[in-house]
Amino acid sequence: MSPAHDVILKLEDVSKVYAGTVAVKQANFEVRKGAVNVLVGENGAGKSTLMKIIAGVEQPTAGRILLEGEEVSFSSSGDAVARGIGMVFQELNLFGNMTVAENIFATREITNRLGKIDRKAQEKRAGEFLDRLEAGIRPDMLVEDLRIGQQQLVEIAKAVSLDAKILIMDEPTSALSAAEVEILFKVIADLKARGVAIVYISHRLEELIRIGDTVTVLRDGRITGQEEMRNVDTQWIVRQMIGSDAKDFAKADGHQPGAEIFRAEEICLPRVTGGLAVDHVSLALRAGEILGIYGLMGAGRSELFDCIMGRHGHASGKIFIAGKQVKERDTTRRIQRGLALIPEDRQREGLVSILSVASNLTLASLSRFVRLFHIRGGAERQAVVQMVRELAIKVADPAQEVSSLSGGNQQKVVIGKALLTGPKVLLMDEPSRGIDVGAKADVFRTMRKLSRDGLGILFATSDLDEVMALSDRIAVMSNGRLTGMFDRAEATEAAIVAASALGHGPTAQLAPAHGEQR
Amino acid sequence: MTDIPAKAAAPSASSGSALLTLMKLRTFIALIAVLVFFSIAAPNFLSAANLILMAKHVALNAFLAMGMTFVIITGGIDLSVGSIVGLCGMVAGYLVLNGIDLQIGYTVYFNVFEIILITLLVGITIGAVNGLLITRLNVAPFIATLGVLYVARGFALLSSDGRTFPNLVGKPELGTTGFGFLGAGRLLGLPVSIWILVVAALGAAYLARYTPLGRHIFAVGGNERAARISGVRVNMVKMFVYMFSGFCAAIVGLIISSELMASHPATGESFELNAIAAAVLGGTSMSGGRGTIGGTIVGAFVIGILSDGLVMMGVSSFWQMVIKGLVIIVAVVVDQAQRRLQQRVTLMQMAKAG
Repeated sequence: MSPAHDVILKLEDVSKVYAGTVAVKQANFEVRKGAVNVLVGENGAGKSTLMKIIAGVEQPTAGRILLEGEEVSFSSSGDAVARGIGMVFQELNLFGNMTVAENIFATREITNRLGKIDRKAQEKRAGEFLDRLEAGIRPDMLVEDLRIGQQQLVEIAKAVSLDAKILIMDEPTSALSAAEVEILFKVIADLKARGVAIVYISHRLEELIRIGDTVTVLRDGRITGQEEMRNVDTQWIVRQMIGSDAKDFAKADGHQPGAEIFRAEEICLPRVTGGLAVDHVSLALRAGEILGIYGLMGAGRSELFDCIMGRHGHASGKIFIAGKQVKERDTTRRIQRGLALIPEDRQREGLVSILSVASNLTLASLSRFVRLFHIRGGAERQAVVQMVRELAIKVADPAQEVSSLSGGNQQKVVIGKALLTGPKVLLMDEPSRGIDVGAKADVFRTMRKLSRDGLGILFATSDLDEVMALSDRIAVMSNGRLTGMFDRAEATEAAIVAASALGHGPTAQLAPAHGEQR
Repeated sequence: MTDIPAKAAAPSASSGSALLTLMKLRTFIALIAVLVFFSIAAPNFLSAANLILMAKHVALNAFLAMGMTFVIITGGIDLSVGSIVGLCGMVAGYLVLNGIDLQIGYTVYFNVFEIILITLLVGITIGAVNGLLITRLNVAPFIATLGVLYVARGFALLSSDGRTFPNLVGKPELGTTGFGFLGAGRLLGLPVSIWILVVAALGAAYLARYTPLGRHIFAVGGNERAARISGVRVNMVKMFVYMFSGFCAAIVGLIISSELMASHPATGESFELNAIAAAVLGGTSMSGGRGTIGGTIVGAFVIGILSDGLVMMGVSSFWQMVIKGLVIIVAVVVDQAQRRLQQRVTLMQMAKAG
């Protein structure tokens, strides 16, 4: 067969622009029949957006889509499904309050002549798909009663049941156990044999090399490489993903940290479902020191920051700034004491997106510009202009709405807002998430500069390179506990990864017990 | 003729932004349109006496709409303002007529200034109840203020057994005279209620623009979580807006009682809906974060002039309701269209830029 012949779907110069970011830039992408077409890229490279365009969830801002040689445009995912394109979404799109069978047949219910839903027939058909997945899921179970991994299998069963010609899988294995992954791969092999084109997105390189036939790499919304999988190795993929301009971590300048500026003792936060989200965490930070907190998702890093900022009334433990205990329990007064948080979720917690860049910058520090009750416009403007210059925020006019900025510049606004409060201790939660390479470098440089100025910085990340390159000391959290504390000099990737896996799975009870003082 | 495409492209870009400007000024354009229309269609419309009369009508709704605007900007709603108008009118009427019986053979009578102060306090207190229900007990604003709507109306009716307090002239020997000044008095040729509106509106607009509290009101409505993390005392901000709304309603209750020299317990029924309509017409977004005092005042004038003008033209009150409803719907549709257009313009610019 000639390669041109088995190309079922082709994207030509497709671009997608959101308010604030260009997610996909002039992408050309081919999907082949009876093959696993792998798509890789770092977080925020635009993989998910590209797939949503193919699945009809999003419409491209520019460019065209050719399905079997014919130009198509999908106005909804329903259109795409009708043309034989199915998708397994990264975030689960299931109705928790309905049964597995009802979810699988949502919007194409099997009905009898009177239009009544034929539950029995649905459950029987659903059972057939579920049996192939060997997951022990009954079709009459409620989706909300299933484990996350099982829910993901239901999502997969739903997509398979569409009898699609093209099946897109966006990180299908992220919540699956090793055994479940094997089953999924068997299902994929089966689909492939039947001529289905599979688009497969994942972060796990070993997985991709194993099942992929072709590989396409995305970086910052652009396609940087497209190859037959048999011609490439992991190193090639990584090179295409990261690019030649490997991450620009500002170098340490060798300044010595000063006296202790912050100390947390025995911070505990109960989880709603029982247990502790933050489990007796104690740590200390010196002025001018960058302490990286590494941990996997759900390790309790963000929750620890929330406790320190006083966002949870029911958290316990003590915090000290420069040796003096902080007794204030609310966020407002903790900010006044010199704590500031740069939250992980910029859109939901960092910015008021309909206000201007200037209003966002000064939101936390308005009292600095107030005489009696009047905001002195001149003083405020001056501070805004200075911060825009200091952080190199690219904005034509600070009166512009903050949502019109790119992700990286939005992040700088959040950082600027925190800095204007004049903090002694800065808490940064995933400060480089979802921003472009240039902005990342700026953020890292800013962190270095602030530490030189004597701020204590606590920053949480799940990026190993980042924590290794930026931290003076590295703390590792797992399952709510502090499971390791390393000096930069003695830290190795292996030791950090090992510590971050402590306390997970069946060994949870055996993990080093920080809570023994209880 | 070869340069036609280029020429065609340029005007379309500028006409896009011209359209955007027109849409932004829509409330103002609507105001001018109703003014022009009625000055042609209704005789005597432009006479000074009629304009002042209309302004007095509009002022009542404008007060409520101002309070409502702040509430809506924080993402809430206040359905209780109409009932607060009624109850505050009754409180003022009761105090003028009966004073407070101390149950020991003495009755305390207040002078008009004190009565006004007490009535305003009552309005603020009811607003505080709204605020406490919403911030402390986490009741949804719609439900909390709906409950207070009924409770306040009930108390207004209970206060007089459903009767009107008539003839609030007061007695000179008790020092309770002069209550009519608010509603009927004039300063420099304009009614007192108009002057109060001017002062209150300037104050509210100043608050929205130049004080931290005003900035915080917008921040809470735009993104409550982000505001909280930035150290905004969200609960205090919400308490303030409901108390301010209660305060505005109390002013309206006082003015109406003073105009009529009587207090009727059913006064102010469905006023809340007119207030919401004025705020929305003035560009306040029901999802919070967006709105201006100036826009709301213009919105109140559009609604008020529309209904008074239609009365002067002899249009039936049933048709008036239909027309008012249509105007509100059109206003919101244009508002949505403007947002979409604006978004598209920015996106296109960004796509072009890179």
